[in-house]
Amino acid sequence: MTQRASPLLLTSPALAVIGVFMLVPLGYGLAYSLLTASPYGGAELPLSTEGYVQILFQRDFDDSLYFSPTYLLILLRSIVLAGLTSVISAALGLPVAWFIASRPARWQGALLFVVTLPFWVNSLVRTYCWVLLLRDQGLINMALQGAGLTHEPLPLMYNDGATLVGLVYNFLPFMVLPIYAALERLDPRLIEAAHDLYATRRRAFLRIVLPLAVPGMRAGALMVFAPALGYFLVPDLLGGGRSLMIGNLIQSAFTSGRNWPFGAALSTLVTAGVLVFLVIAARRGRVEATP
Amino acid sequence: MKRAYDPTHSPGLGAYVALIILFLYAPLAVLTVYSFNGGNLVTVWNGASLRWFEAVIANGDIQDAALNSFIIAGSATVLATLIAIPAALGLERASRRLGVALGSLFALPLLVPEIVTAVTTLVFFASIKLRLGLANLVIAHTVFCIPFAMMPIRARVRGMGETLENAARDLYAPPLAVFRRITLPLLAPAIWSGAILAFVVSLDDFVISALVGDAGTTTLPVYVYGMIRRGITPEVNAASTLMLVFSLILAGLGRSLSRRRSRR
Repeated sequence: MTQRASPLLLTSPALAVIGVFMLVPLGYGLAYSLLTASPYGGAELPLSTEGYVQILFQRDFDDSLYFSPTYLLILLRSIVLAGLTSVISAALGLPVAWFIASRPARWQGALLFVVTLPFWVNSLVRTYCWVLLLRDQGLINMALQGAGLTHEPLPLMYNDGATLVGLVYNFLPFMVLPIYAALERLDPRLIEAAHDLYATRRRAFLRIVLPLAVPGMRAGALMVFAPALGYFLVPDLLGGGRSLMIGNLIQSAFTSGRNWPFGAALSTLVTAGVLVFLVIAARRGRVEATP
Repeated sequence: MKRAYDPTHSPGLGAYVALIILFLYAPLAVLTVYSFNGGNLVTVWNGASLRWFEAVIANGDIQDAALNSFIIAGSATVLATLIAIPAALGLERASRRLGVALGSLFALPLLVPEIVTAVTTLVFFASIKLRLGLANLVIAHTVFCIPFAMMPIRARVRGMGETLENAARDLYAPPLAVFRRITLPLLAPAIWSGAILAFVVSLDDFVISALVGDAGTTTLPVYVYGMIRRGITPEVNAASTLMLVFSLILAGLGRSLSRRRSRR
């Protein structure tokens, strides 16, 4: 007979560290979102909902509120860009995952390594590479002008398109892995059977591979959408002032903006949104997994 | 009249995958080539040279930033791994309900957007007036390294079952001996994989280090970000390429470890 350490005891150090330095700070963020901004950063009493009000409204000279869509548009842009990043990554990643899953087993590991290797590279460096490609004196514009196709540099950087390219580049491997995991279990005999029944390649792909890839795409979307929503570096370096996302807004509220309650209100909103999204997605996944 | 049919062959798929791989690697290759440019301008090729690498290595600010990065990543990795080993064992042995509850809590650093973690940690440290310099960043990094360090260990605990540990217990091995002689050696490759992952994730971090850190705790990504903001120079390219090469070495190390694990 031996006694074994209880699960609660074993997990207690992790519980303490994540509780004190993750959960408690999130609580502080919530509390700060309900305070008044101090003029030099930080926040003070009295309690106020000003942080949340500022997301939708601005104050006139006579202190009356008027609706201002600036921040709302940034929130919407973040949701749209993160959604597009998920969809485009899934569309680009599905054939890659299918290709890898249908190779002989000895090749699969190596191919996965090749696809995921760029993910190991520092994300600042990965994003900076696109600055070198897209800026006015960047490689793409130099090549276009050198070939005589354009005479002036095309404005490739500092727009939503540049942000989107950077996001897809950063998150594509996160989509390939779960789709691969879903397709790896696919029984090749299913496709043989479809072929025996005179299904075209296209039809076999649409009716067999695609439905089996959907759970993988859903898992991938969880890993792409939420982090992309609050991503900072890509919109900061590639999007510039014209393609701000929530992450940039929060960062500037805490630095140059010196409006901590506003930044804390945005953080609370984003966190609540992401957690609700994840819970709903997890619920739906579970419902569909149980036939 | 059935012809030989390879159900997995699709025309054009290989070419498509090659294009995607080009999309993934071409930007990194462009950076690497640029960094060997000997000229003072990024865009004008002036012969291959190592002079910008020399400039980067001789740059005292970069040395300090790299040292900060390694101190933070090293400390956070050790702490996160020491916390993750018992936590992974506990999670896999917990009842289903407790396991799910604790598992989701430990996944919080992955689920909450990075920028939110950064600003709430900043607010928290400012409120309790915790100003320990590098230690502030070590704490912040340890938190988000824990889930990464834990992932491979949990998978390994799940895979190895309890047969060997039970056998040792049946032979009257005391609990600590079971852990040291059976559990730990079986987990070792996964512990190393998790540690490398945690180390890479810590080195990768920009947002949290930039917001939570102060003037004395500049890490390498924070410093290089500042360089990029001041202007695209050949020195930035060389510094970025060095970071790129270092990441690839760590990735190779991680892969050889996971291969050794799967061969066992």
